[in-house]
Amino acid sequence: MRVLNLVTAAVLMLLSGIVSYDALRLGAGWGGDGPQSGFFPFWLAALLAAVSLVLFAQAWRSASGEPFVTRDRFIPVSKVLGPLAGFVVLTDPPGPWSGLGLYVAAGIYLGFYMRWVGRHDWRTVAVLATSVPVISFLIFETWFLVPMPKGPVEAWLGY
Amino acid sequence: MAVAGILLGTVIGVLPGLGGANGVAILLPLTFTMPPTSAIILLTSIYWGALFGGAITSVLFNIPGEPWSVATTFDGYPLAKNGQSGEALTAAFTSSFVGAFFSIVLITFFAPILAEVALKFGPPEFFAIQLLTFSSFVGLGGGNPLKSLATILIGFMLSTVGLDIVTGQLRLTYGFTDLMKGFDFIVAVIGLFGIGEILLSVEEGLRFQGAKTQMNLRVVLDTWKILPRFYRTFVRSSIIGFWMGFKPGGATPASFMSYAFAKRFSKNPERFGKGEIEGIVAPETAAHAAGVAAMLPMITLGIPGSPTAAVMLGGLIIWGLQPGPMLFVDNPEFVWGLIASMYTGNVIGVLIVLAFVPFFAAILRIPFAILTPLIVVICAIGSYAVHNSMIDIWYMLIFGVIGYVFKKLDYPLAPLVLALVLGDMAENALRQSLIMSQGSVAIFLTRPISGVITAAAIFFFAMPLLTPWWRKMRS
Repeated sequence: MRVLNLVTAAVLMLLSGIVSYDALRLGAGWGGDGPQSGFFPFWLAALLAAVSLVLFAQAWRSASGEPFVTRDRFIPVSKVLGPLAGFVVLTDPPGPWSGLGLYVAAGIYLGFYMRWVGRHDWRTVAVLATSVPVISFLIFETWFLVPMPKGPVEAWLGY
Repeated sequence: MAVAGILLGTVIGVLPGLGGANGVAILLPLTFTMPPTSAIILLTSIYWGALFGGAITSVLFNIPGEPWSVATTFDGYPLAKNGQSGEALTAAFTSSFVGAFFSIVLITFFAPILAEVALKFGPPEFFAIQLLTFSSFVGLGGGNPLKSLATILIGFMLSTVGLDIVTGQLRLTYGFTDLMKGFDFIVAVIGLFGIGEILLSVEEGLRFQGAKTQMNLRVVLDTWKILPRFYRTFVRSSIIGFWMGFKPGGATPASFMSYAFAKRFSKNPERFGKGEIEGIVAPETAAHAAGVAAMLPMITLGIPGSPTAAVMLGGLIIWGLQPGPMLFVDNPEFVWGLIASMYTGNVIGVLIVLAFVPFFAAILRIPFAILTPLIVVICAIGSYAVHNSMIDIWYMLIFGVIGYVFKKLDYPLAPLVLALVLGDMAENALRQSLIMSQGSVAIFLTRPISGVITAAAIFFFAMPLLTPWWRKMRS
């Protein structure tokens, strides 16, 4: 925990630096008839810098305490985080590749997670991994009229 | 309509990650085809439902479905583990009902008066109120006040990213076009509280294995017999809740404050945290009183008192209604219709929720491996739907990790979100105040109303420094 507290305080100091840099670029003083654009962000950053300095000192002086997270407790977390990141990437990857769209990606994600983490049988997986995307498509796309990122499958179906 | 809204809202409130503000936000576009009065009744019912739903997961699963139900977990879950979940839930719902009812009555009488007073509030007063709100987080929030302050500052900074409306300049975008839109609090909420909470629960091994519920009429009546004993807590909490909700503060600090006060004034403070019914009564009454009270500044001043009220404010504007003091003048039937629906919604809400608890608890019995990805997908949909923008889903992911880390390190998230929501308003108020005073910060203290409020804020900010000194003096 101590290490992470230190790191976080350091990150916050870095954040204040980034913010005040841009704030000063915009001007942090008094403009023609009011505070300049950077006034508010600058003073926020200045205050945060001071606060994170104290937090850093506090963390420095603190006892080492328990580790942030033990290996075996982190595994379930990574099992959630990993597939989640995969799902987002599949929906619409950054860069030139086109994605599969939210619904298809969700189906894959759901199926993968159910099978790999939940160890459900193939039938349940198949049923849910196909029905959930279809049902949500009907709910959001056709009923609520809230569009989601779509991919080649939807395009092939004419949406 | 109201019944549907309440059921929907409770389901949303029960599922971690969806939440009141998010639920309202996702459903807002659906209401475009409805007449405004029906639409807002639906949305407020969802709000109600979410308030109740948050209590269910807090008590049964020790997972607060909403930030303001966190305090309910302190005594609710121990009671549930003890087999007294029925009592806990009855206490929670009844307290919610009482708190909400208290606020509705006050709103009925005070709304017109407050609209008048509000017209006298200037920018310094608004800013002072915001200072007071955040100062109470720092001073009364418990935990490391510096960490609270840090998250508040982070929230404010995030709110400044993007286009500065006043000067037309881009701030903190560093050339990234995606950052021009800034950060939407809805996405932040989904990430921090939704994904973050899921990550944390998974790490702690919580498999949504909830305590069993014994919910029947007998339990309800027995609990109702005990509750009047806590009339002082009810009154105190309702007042705290109304006061905090009315100002941009929200149900979360109200629930914590109320819990803290109840513990301090209780005859047996050591029972708090182990399963003391009063420990549920206090935060739930306050949270619901606040939740309702948050509507008051929204309809009278045009200032949302909570993130969910903020979303509803957006809805009002979209429907062509002008929230603020003029709403009473221009559309009185809408306002009174809304207030009337609050009464009925509250009553119907309590009854429905009491009846359906086993059903809601059953939702969380769905196997973890199905429920988790399902919630994640809904969160992703919610995030995307805000601006039809893929980057928001990425933000959700990032905020999720931040939420997880911050929760582990005891950096409070609620003030961050509130600062993010109110950042624009706060900065506006600050700007206008400084323009009025030609650059002098003293304006906040020289004007009588804002002076009092600012002084109180300074007091609260200083409290973490003063309290240890005070204790030394007394011993």
